[in-house]
Amino acid sequence: MVHLVIDGKGFQAEEGQNVLEVALENGIEIPHLCYHEQLSPYGGCRLCLVEITRGARTFLSTSCTYPCLEGLVVRTDTPDVLRARRLVLELLMPLAPEAPRLQALARQMGVTETRFASDEEVDDCIRCGLCIRACAELVGAEAITFSGRGERRKVEPPFGEEALNCIGCGACVFLCPTGCLHMEDQDGVRTLDKWKRTLSLKACASCGRRYLPFAQIEFARQKGEDPPAEGWFEFCPDCR
Amino acid sequence: MSKINSVGELAELRAAILDQRDAGRPCITTCLGTGCHAYDSQEVYNAFAGEIHSRDLADKVDLRGSGCHGFCEQGPIVVLSPGEICYCHVQPEDAAEIITETVLKNEVIERLLYRDPVTGRRFEREGEIPFYKHQDRLILGQNRLLDPKNIEDYLALGGYKALAGALAEMTPEDVLEEVKKANLRGRGGGGFPAGIKWETARRAPEKEKYVIVNADEGDPGAYMDRSLLEGNPHLILEGLLIGAYAIGAAEGYLYARQEYPLAVENFTLAVQQAEEYGLLGSDILGTGFAFSVKIKRGAGAFVSGESSALMAAIEGLVGEPRPKHINTAISGLWGKPSNLNNVETWANVPLIIERGAAWFKRIGNERNSGTKIFSLVGKINNTGLVEVPMGTPLRKIIEDIGGGIPGGKKFKAVQTGGPSGGCIPEQYLDTPVDFDCLEELGAMMGSGGMIVMDEDNCIVDVAKYFMHFLKDESCGKCSSCREGTTRMYEILDAITRGEGREGDLELLEELAWVMKNASLCALGSTAANPVLSTLRYFREEYAAHIQEKRCPAKVCPALIRYSIDPEICDGCGRCRRSCPEKAITGELNTPLVIDGALCSRCGICREVCHLEAIVVE
Repeated sequence: MVHLVIDGKGFQAEEGQNVLEVALENGIEIPHLCYHEQLSPYGGCRLCLVEITRGARTFLSTSCTYPCLEGLVVRTDTPDVLRARRLVLELLMPLAPEAPRLQALARQMGVTETRFASDEEVDDCIRCGLCIRACAELVGAEAITFSGRGERRKVEPPFGEEALNCIGCGACVFLCPTGCLHMEDQDGVRTLDKWKRTLSLKACASCGRRYLPFAQIEFARQKGEDPPAEGWFEFCPDCR
Repeated sequence: MSKINSVGELAELRAAILDQRDAGRPCITTCLGTGCHAYDSQEVYNAFAGEIHSRDLADKVDLRGSGCHGFCEQGPIVVLSPGEICYCHVQPEDAAEIITETVLKNEVIERLLYRDPVTGRRFEREGEIPFYKHQDRLILGQNRLLDPKNIEDYLALGGYKALAGALAEMTPEDVLEEVKKANLRGRGGGGFPAGIKWETARRAPEKEKYVIVNADEGDPGAYMDRSLLEGNPHLILEGLLIGAYAIGAAEGYLYARQEYPLAVENFTLAVQQAEEYGLLGSDILGTGFAFSVKIKRGAGAFVSGESSALMAAIEGLVGEPRPKHINTAISGLWGKPSNLNNVETWANVPLIIERGAAWFKRIGNERNSGTKIFSLVGKINNTGLVEVPMGTPLRKIIEDIGGGIPGGKKFKAVQTGGPSGGCIPEQYLDTPVDFDCLEELGAMMGSGGMIVMDEDNCIVDVAKYFMHFLKDESCGKCSSCREGTTRMYEILDAITRGEGREGDLELLEELAWVMKNASLCALGSTAANPVLSTLRYFREEYAAHIQEKRCPAKVCPALIRYSIDPEICDGCGRCRRSCPEKAITGELNTPLVIDGALCSRCGICREVCHLEAIVVE
């Protein structure tokens, strides 16, 4: 156990926990977009900046990547922290101008507009990498990754071709904070347009609804830590 | 070659090598470093080899292909010893004459000597040439004396003596203390004391430790590390070995830029030779010390020079920085204590061990010991690599060594420290160049890039150039850096296109602040420096672009207009023929006219005009 102070209040934390995790657990709100408690911290969106005092040094750092250390003093609401977060949000907004979560954050943080224009073509992706980490760490499929550097950085299947490792589970779609990923089931086929992936769906033995990609069933059988009992996938969740 | 089994055997081998060599025999040294190589110095070398062979002089004259001497402006460079006669711009067809006249008859060939562009005076000996005379070439100076592909050359010069001394007579703690006492600061840019970093790695609890050479020199215009690795690879290897001994590492890495094939080739060869000679391996010089080196080539990302990104790249991951709340000296490569220093830092280590910390501390100034190599490029007469004691004033480097600005133009600024460095104007030219003073001026030492600019350089254009580089080289992980550099570039680009708006400078400063404070690594946190330092010293030049839509240096195409002065133009037609846009019209032998709508402001007409009739406004 280590002791740290956040906004003047003392807290205990497990060693290895990060500052954002402890703040959120204790009801201290810190805006964030690329952090998820089930995934490794990444520190890409830079929204969860806080002011950290460690020994004689005081500086800004992302709270999601900062480990809780004995005696750490954290402030989440100094003028510098708020100013930096607002500017970071202004920089992110043009990437996904319509995204409700960004708009909600902007309202909360008092950002009325961004001074930066959107490109002609906007893909609504803020390069937070949640989809990549979910695919690699939660699912274990590793179907997508970042490609390119700087402003050319984007999330792609290998070589920009069809994501052959994608099992169509939709974890990426579910976690995407801007809603820039789309998954559609139609005529027994699931399509994830951004990953150029189409997958055939298995029909429920009872209601006939085609509900789950064969690839996902196969993946669960082969790679799942605790493969479900034989016949589990014959029925959809509603009929099970 | 049989392995050297003891410190004594190394001394015997050195004596045997020196015994075979005749120190008085004439030697022709041709620089085969990067700059001279580009001037076809290999052809010059081959011509000498051909002459020596055809005249049967092989046992009378030595021929050596060396690494970079530093005087790249005058390449191909050939130095003849004894006498250290330095010939410049040597061509293959000069080889026969040089052998006949200088080597065999001791006659100096006047036309090949260096000629001072201002005084016209010619200099015979290398050491008399002002470019060399004002330097203190402790490290770079060795390049000329050896063939980088021949370990015996290095041994003959006393190579691996420092290693032998360290292994035989010093404990690892002694070595560490010596480096700490010498106050060797990291030459890669940070200026962090190497001894303290070594100590942190040594004291880290994990037993397995690594030492790494950072040869990912990526700053535009910088090539000192390249020249050291290409020209004297054993020196770096010896430094690394000594460091490994002090830190307690059994394995080391060289991380080299993709763009440095010759450096990789020469270092690989050096490692092979050292293994053959028993200077690498399981029982080095019979002392029980074991060390091996692996070489990793980068894939071309500038950011991979950052320590944590570099280690990620060695691990086979994408070269992206990771948080360093626990520094890499404690948890680096594969989570093990890893000591990373750049090429030049390692190169200093054998000198410190051999000659002692007290000697090293006498060079340079109080807080900055030793020398520093700079690559002096841009609008300067003597382009090249320059090594001076730390604390040497900028003016001495630019005027005495660099020979000033070509064409009688006026000095405007010198950009130091690579893309994250800053521009220093005329009024600070007497500043001593060291880690601390440069930082106070809003610039930095960086790895030692020095780009000189004259009155024809537009400062906004310069800032734009660096921001373009940085936005391309940002890894793209942090939004503050990725979007910040991109937006800064857009604003700078708009300013140079005459589309700057009121408030742009304040917005640039705001972005600079957030990039500095919100980004993870040094690339992002220093990326705004080129803009901040130019805003600090040349704000009025930015203002002229924004408010008056005027580029005072007459560089930004959208803000200038080319015309032909009809009073001067004789209608010779040179410009009309050369214009790529066919924008120049008119009858020959009468004054010609430029069509502003077609003109792309490339400036070719101005270059070809023999009467200075082209007017830029």
